[in-house]
Amino acid sequence: MTWQAHLFASVVAITSLLVIARSLRRRELKASYAVLWLSLGTGMAVLAAFPRLLDWVSLRLGITYGPTTLFLLAISFLVLLAVHYSKELSRLEERTRILAEEVALLRARWDHDTDRT
Amino acid sequence: MSGDNRTIVLIPAFNEEAALPAVLKELAEEAPGLDVLVIDDGSQDRTTAAARKAGALVAELPFNLGVGGALRTGFRFALQEGYDRAVQLDGDGQHDPSEIVHLLAALDAGADMVIGSRFADRDGGYVVGRARGGAMRLLRLVVHALAGRYFTDTSSGFRAFGPDAIRLFSVTFPAEYLSDSVEALLLATYAGLSVEEVPVAMRERAGGIPSTRNLRLAYHYMRLLTVIAFTASRRPATEE
Repeated sequence: MTWQAHLFASVVAITSLLVIARSLRRRELKASYAVLWLSLGTGMAVLAAFPRLLDWVSLRLGITYGPTTLFLLAISFLVLLAVHYSKELSRLEERTRILAEEVALLRARWDHDTDRT
Repeated sequence: MSGDNRTIVLIPAFNEEAALPAVLKELAEEAPGLDVLVIDDGSQDRTTAAARKAGALVAELPFNLGVGGALRTGFRFALQEGYDRAVQLDGDGQHDPSEIVHLLAALDAGADMVIGSRFADRDGGYVVGRARGGAMRLLRLVVHALAGRYFTDTSSGFRAFGPDAIRLFSVTFPAEYLSDSVEALLLATYAGLSVEEVPVAMRERAGGIPSTRNLRLAYHYMRLLTVIAFTASRRPATEE
């Protein structure tokens, strides 16, 4: 790895960690997501600091071209994350629906009661 | 809220301002003494005002939830207010209120859920297009395989529900289009409820626009079949 690439990777990793840390301090992230993103940022930082690590892992997995491992991991991570978000979204939608139904029924009863008086 | 037999008619209505007054009027004439709840499913027109003017109770949803969501709202209301029986009726005039007595009679005979079928017909009056007819046939076969019995009209929206069905559907009623009829039928069967079919005559819709066109219909059928397949694999099919 050339020193330019090393520098670039380090800058990217450190920037990511900083962005995550800032969101955390401003409480824009729920704790469970913060842990997730922090571990990802740390992983990036570690790889940026020790690029040989990737080659070592690839060798163990029987992958000859190092970057493939990185892509594989990154894509799996993103896909799993998308699935998780779909689940979360479904849950939120269901809750919104229930709230909408309850609002409608409360309003119906209120209308009915005010009619009678 | 009058009515002594604790039966409520649930009418999901989405932009039915034009057809609704006539439906409610006919309902009051043909099936007097029933409480009526119109669920305005986020209409842009004056559906709520029209229903209220005709003397119905109205639950006005803040945004569109689809027929299934509107119905679940109705079941929730029926449960909270202690109704024993609920009748689902379309707001577009497709269903003849004078048929309600037949549905209720089947409930009294012991069924938990009664479907008004267009095809178990006395005089075969209802005709559907070829594509839609084919899709309906396919659904009938799938439902037959999963429910262990044959239903002539799986997608009918003219139905009656007993107390057990009301309780079940107030929490688990499927919300999406088409699921509200077919999936609900399967859910009831899986839950061990007895589902009966009663022949009813249906008419052309009096107003409003049909809820869906061909391509979207195809998508909804695909989605429905997928969902049915996966939920069926989770629950053992009921023995006959």
